Amino acid sequence: MDEILSLDHVTFTYSPDEPDIKNAVEDVSFTVNEGEWIAIVGHNGSGKSTIARLMNGLLFPQQGTIKVLNQSLTEENLWDIRSQMGMVFQNPDNQFVGATVQDDVAFALENNGIPYEEMVKRVHEALKQVKMDQFLNHEPQHLSGGQKQRVAIAGALALKPKLLILDEATSMLDPQGRAEVLATVQALREETGLTVLSITHDLEEAILADRMLFMNGGKKFAEGTPSEIFALGDQLVELGLDLPFAMKLTKLLKQNGVKLLGEHMTEEELVNDLWTSNFKK
Amino acid sequence: MDIQLQKVSYAYAQGTPFEKRALFDVELAIPSGSYQAIIGHTGSGKSTILQHLNALLKPTEGTIQIGDKTITAGKKAKDLKPVRQKVGIVFQFPEHQLFEETVLKDIIFGPMNFGISEDEATKRAHHLIELVGLPLTVLDKSPFDLSGGQMRRVAIAGVLAMEPEVIVLDEPTAGLDPRGRKEIMDLFLQLHKARNLTTILVTHSMEDAARYADRIAIMHEGKCVLTGNPAEIFGNAEQLAKYRLEPPRIVRFQREFEEKVGRKLPTLCLTEEELASAITEAVREERAGQ
Repeated sequence: MDEILSLDHVTFTYSPDEPDIKNAVEDVSFTVNEGEWIAIVGHNGSGKSTIARLMNGLLFPQQGTIKVLNQSLTEENLWDIRSQMGMVFQNPDNQFVGATVQDDVAFALENNGIPYEEMVKRVHEALKQVKMDQFLNHEPQHLSGGQKQRVAIAGALALKPKLLILDEATSMLDPQGRAEVLATVQALREETGLTVLSITHDLEEAILADRMLFMNGGKKFAEGTPSEIFALGDQLVELGLDLPFAMKLTKLLKQNGVKLLGEHMTEEELVNDLWTSNFKK
Repeated sequence: MDIQLQKVSYAYAQGTPFEKRALFDVELAIPSGSYQAIIGHTGSGKSTILQHLNALLKPTEGTIQIGDKTITAGKKAKDLKPVRQKVGIVFQFPEHQLFEETVLKDIIFGPMNFGISEDEATKRAHHLIELVGLPLTVLDKSPFDLSGGQMRRVAIAGVLAMEPEVIVLDEPTAGLDPRGRKEIMDLFLQLHKARNLTTILVTHSMEDAARYADRIAIMHEGKCVLTGNPAEIFGNAEQLAKYRLEPPRIVRFQREFEEKVGRKLPTLCLTEEELASAITEAVREERAGQ
């Protein structure tokens, strides 16, 4: 599998002159391979957003190296590398620059000097991928939060990035908007094998990932598949996170003495186990 | 303090070509001491209602009664200051409103504006900063040196420092991690009980509405279409779907479970603990019956 991004012993502090202040990111290493979906989780202030800013060169580490597509990230190649990464941020209203949906998606293409015909083609393709191609000339203020974030994803996709970074991109949406955005990302992955890195508090979103990084106090506390990470159980709760609903309920049921075969991350698994272990005749 | 909206309509930019009606004949009574959630799809009018609750917006039709103050459309309301002191609003991302040099100054700014002495306001700040879960040493720091979660707590302390009787929360936990979310929601519940506040929660989170509120109102296309207690509101999934809402995860799970095992649980469960007990009971009955 090709490596898309790697952090190698990366340390960063916002106040390099004050040794008393804790590093925002300390000695963090991980890699993202092509086609993977990685979720970075952790409490507020655990270093998640700093990592996002380090990955796209908004910040540079004091120690360690960051490689994107096997090139070390430097101030010289920053712009090239950034064009390989699409980023979608938290607040849908802060990242809309165009007067219409298609203008917005075209914005980054224009900045990158893509020829007009190619631009039109890519804008249409990208909006089709997020199922917003019916809204070409709509004004952003008439879109829902979920629709705006899908347009933001289209804006990123139009650049044909190697990596899509979602920095708490669903946290300000209502449940329907959140479901829309996640369904879009899942569909994109199935259709195009897009590599995704999402930074999130939403554990139900993290379950969808192939691998999770769990940050605590600037350090990487654990790394593994969602089932490995959620197997940490109460430790997650102590460190400011929570367990997915199905796991919490599984735990409560087991405490009550209900017979169950395993730990369950999804509701469907839990209902089926409840049925098989207790009701099936 | 009772709050009552009677036939309240509101139009933005009234009398211009850009006029846009956001509320239509809203009827909503919020009795003193209740914990009222207002839910609804994005654009349903939740935020417009919220701004009426302390007269930041005044209705273009209808009447709002806030305690003993009546605000009627078309009439100039006098002396709204007491209303604004008694109804504290915690806006979305309240940390964006911090502006002072120190946390202390920021917290006492509100109460001093309402004529509280600096001594008294400072006393309140000392008490409140600990209540919201921050150490006293934070008071001398610049609010801008704090983390986002800490800033949010400072902003909340600033609203509480006015000692409001009604507290209005607009998505108070957006962007917080799960623990921060629970801590803030538990803090508001504790204050609600301890100070006998009227609490109004505007939220997207059906889970929070189910867990914390004792009354729920659904807004849809500028109208208040349904009010009731959480079990009434969330028990009817078809009706919710009409308003583009989904029941909380707990209720959805209960329904899936009931369908799978072909047996109804006696009540609609609104917390994980309730649901676990009800399922446990069902399992026991099943075993006893075999």
